[in-house]
Amino acid sequence: MTTVTAEKQAASAPARIHFAGAGGIYLDCGDARIDVGVQQRIWALAEALRGGAHLDGLREIVPGVNNILVLFDPLALAPTTVRDWVLAQWERATACARAPRVVEIPVIYGGEGGIDLQEQAQRAGLGVHDYVALHSSAQFQVMCIGSTPGFSYLSGLPERLHAPRRSVPRLRIPRGSVVIGGVQAGVMPDAAPSGWHILGVTSAAVFDAARAAPCLFEPGDTVRFVAREVIA
Amino acid sequence: MMQVLTSGAMNLVQDAGRSGHLHLGVCASGAIDPLALRYANSLVGNAADAAGIELAIFPFRVRFERDSVFACTGADARIELDGRLIAPWWSCRVAAGQTLEIQRPARGMRVYLAVAGGVDVAPVLGSRSTDLKAGLGGMGGRGLKRLDMLALGAASADAPRRAGLGCVPGEVPALLAQIAQGCVSVRVLPAAEYEEFSADSRQRFEAAPWQVTPDSNRQGYRLQGAQTLQMAQRRELLSHGLVPGTVQVPPAGQPIIQLAEANTCGGYPKIATVIEADQWRLGQVPAGCALRFERVDVAQAVSALRAQHAAWQALAARLPLVATRLH
Repeated sequence: MTTVTAEKQAASAPARIHFAGAGGIYLDCGDARIDVGVQQRIWALAEALRGGAHLDGLREIVPGVNNILVLFDPLALAPTTVRDWVLAQWERATACARAPRVVEIPVIYGGEGGIDLQEQAQRAGLGVHDYVALHSSAQFQVMCIGSTPGFSYLSGLPERLHAPRRSVPRLRIPRGSVVIGGVQAGVMPDAAPSGWHILGVTSAAVFDAARAAPCLFEPGDTVRFVAREVIA
Repeated sequence: MMQVLTSGAMNLVQDAGRSGHLHLGVCASGAIDPLALRYANSLVGNAADAAGIELAIFPFRVRFERDSVFACTGADARIELDGRLIAPWWSCRVAAGQTLEIQRPARGMRVYLAVAGGVDVAPVLGSRSTDLKAGLGGMGGRGLKRLDMLALGAASADAPRRAGLGCVPGEVPALLAQIAQGCVSVRVLPAAEYEEFSADSRQRFEAAPWQVTPDSNRQGYRLQGAQTLQMAQRRELLSHGLVPGTVQVPPAGQPIIQLAEANTCGGYPKIATVIEADQWRLGQVPAGCALRFERVDVAQAVSALRAQHAAWQALAARLPLVATRLH
């Protein structure tokens, strides 16, 4: 295991690089808090690793939140070579200022599809319509995709709406549920267990394995929720 | 075609796994003992990535609707074809109408059934493997049920001549002996937060046996030790990509090994990663058996994998010649 400090870009946290098995390199630039500047560099790094700087034997490039996992065939590529290459690419990566895509998600807030809306509005000390106005006027950003197919971790939840996750997760919440958990927001690509709170439901298909691009969201996208109906 | 006569929900169509979609939240899935499936495929003349059946619920019974060649590998189980005993790790000719029955293994957890041509379900995102958690791939994303009809792909030209070949990688009897004794060793590399665990915890991680609990499945194994593992200074991690084999330590201090169907992102600290060359062993370890972790370095992890891969490649290259001389 090697820990290397990248001091070139002093504005961001030092990069720590580790093996994740013989065929994995994990670069962690994170601190306790999400740093959007670091995240933009992570996306630039992912793009560089996928694009021009391609090495035969690379298998997966998985950006996380302020970190990245790179998987490769350790019989085709020497792990130390990949480690040094990823670190060199990281040092060259600069936050790309390209205009984000905007994805709008239509939502029916409250009612049977949004069973936690009333409780969350009370918790925030807001009326249901004011709560919805706040949630649907916020600009969310896709930080990373993972956990289950197509699940996107969205940053940008207004502070007033932050809410600890349920102490006991629900065994199954429906596909299309528009949810919040802690400081993050998301949309359930499929029915699954979850400890997040359900504000509403969308008909948007967030993940479809049969589509050319299975995921509706890409890291870096701006996401806006549009209130189609509010059931108070 | 083959028709399933008796099965359980954890008997799954699996291949070498789904790759290239981890960044979309789609896990690798695939055989949890990939070594066994790869040898089974070679024995029947299939490509290494052909789909077979991973059996974890027994008895499993299937009737062949056409003449073919099959092989069963993996755990040490009783296998019968129309009541006739069949050796494991051996390819065998089967005639249309015959029924294959596989009993609960005496040692090990999972048996792999490969059939010449492979199980031909529609690939999803480039793989036929079943991802039970996401409900995709394999037989409509679910386990095999009674009366399921499984299509078979086109067998390779020399598949019929392969019947009657046997081979067992040397590592397999050694693993089965360890399982019988109740303690299996696996080699690990230190993971990202290894150094942040207390010196006691790091020492205990390697010295202590860790029992596999019944709360273990294709997503991961929860382990239980006499004492817990703790970080010197606890800290919160941001979401990060996970590789199968990762040993996480949640705040309660009992480790979890993430496996083929693990969530692709996690947040718990990672103390170690089971090396690629030893991950297949985990697929055969039953609940109640203990694991012992042995730390190696990355060069050792690569050379173990290289040796394992070379042994299989050498066998795969020799089999066609042996097959020719048998008939």
